[in-house]
Amino acid sequence: MVDAYFLEHRAKLLDIAAFLDRVDRADPGTDEPEDFRITAMRNALQALDDGQGERARRVLELMSDATTDLVDTAPGKGACGTPPPSTDSGA
Amino acid sequence: MTYIDPHIHMVSRTTDDYRRMALAGCTAITEPAFWAGFDRSSPQGFFDYYRQLTDTEPARAALYGIKHHCWLCVNPKEAEDAGFAREVMSLLPEFLEEPNVLGIGEIGLNKNSKNEMAILEEHLAFAEDRNQLVLVHTPHLEDKRKGTLLIMDAIANTKLQPNRVLIDHVEEHTVADVLDRGFWAGMTLYPETKCTPQRAADIIEIFGTERLWMNSAGDWGDSDPLAVPKAIVELRRRGHSPETIRKATLENPKTFLGQSPRFDAGDA
Repeated sequence: MVDAYFLEHRAKLLDIAAFLDRVDRADPGTDEPEDFRITAMRNALQALDDGQGERARRVLELMSDATTDLVDTAPGKGACGTPPPSTDSGA
Repeated sequence: MTYIDPHIHMVSRTTDDYRRMALAGCTAITEPAFWAGFDRSSPQGFFDYYRQLTDTEPARAALYGIKHHCWLCVNPKEAEDAGFAREVMSLLPEFLEEPNVLGIGEIGLNKNSKNEMAILEEHLAFAEDRNQLVLVHTPHLEDKRKGTLLIMDAIANTKLQPNRVLIDHVEEHTVADVLDRGFWAGMTLYPETKCTPQRAADIIEIFGTERLWMNSAGDWGDSDPLAVPKAIVELRRRGHSPETIRKATLENPKTFLGQSPRFDAGDA
């Protein structure tokens, strides 16, 4: 398994590393709070190396809206990949 | 190896895609009604779309030896205006008579709103009254898990049998619940926003092939009409048997879709 897939996923790991570097370069020294999506990504990265299994399921759950009630009206059509602060329930 | 792509939006694809799918072994497809990337301005826009699904696309697919079927509904992205959605739904009985219509879909939720749920419940009642198969769209990304649970609860409030309902776009955080509740589950193979062929193969390794299929959901966005054959290659690469691959990509779609006497698997 590792022989077949290591290089492909090494490249994906470098993509994430380079993306985070790119984010740093885009906003050097800013006092603005970190974008919630980047925070979610950092939390997910910790889950990858916490020694527990089912990483894919747990990462998806970290990036899921954990509320249970219907919203009054749809706030547009799109999704952004992780709950925005207004709906983040800490899942 | 022949295969069925049970969820693909050919109205958004070229004839080259039909040709490439046929060359890759596709013998039959089903096309749910969906959002075109913009809101239709009138029910007449849907009337024309339903004509395209029931008349134009079957003829286009036939040129490549592919059997074309469809599902009809008002998709959840255009259900927020409930009055408009109900106007469009009044067109459905007429089109259900068309010979390539398999049932109601893809219905479901998008942003998990109250109006979306009201229209979903009306579609479910419509399907229940007419004993139709149902194909369910589950929400995207952060909205998926919540929406999937809400949808399954709504179906549980009807007399629809779970084995006549396919819950689509499952991923690692929803597939277990869907299968445990007796529904069929669909994995959509997208480059970024749903399952990749590799993760779909993982899910098959973990959950088996019972009541599970995969589809490309190829449409106007970032998607791949050859995603199913790419998943077949991935499963082969991992040493899975031809029987396992055939069940996930051909026999399971035939079993679920075959609950409609209108389904024709073509040369599969």
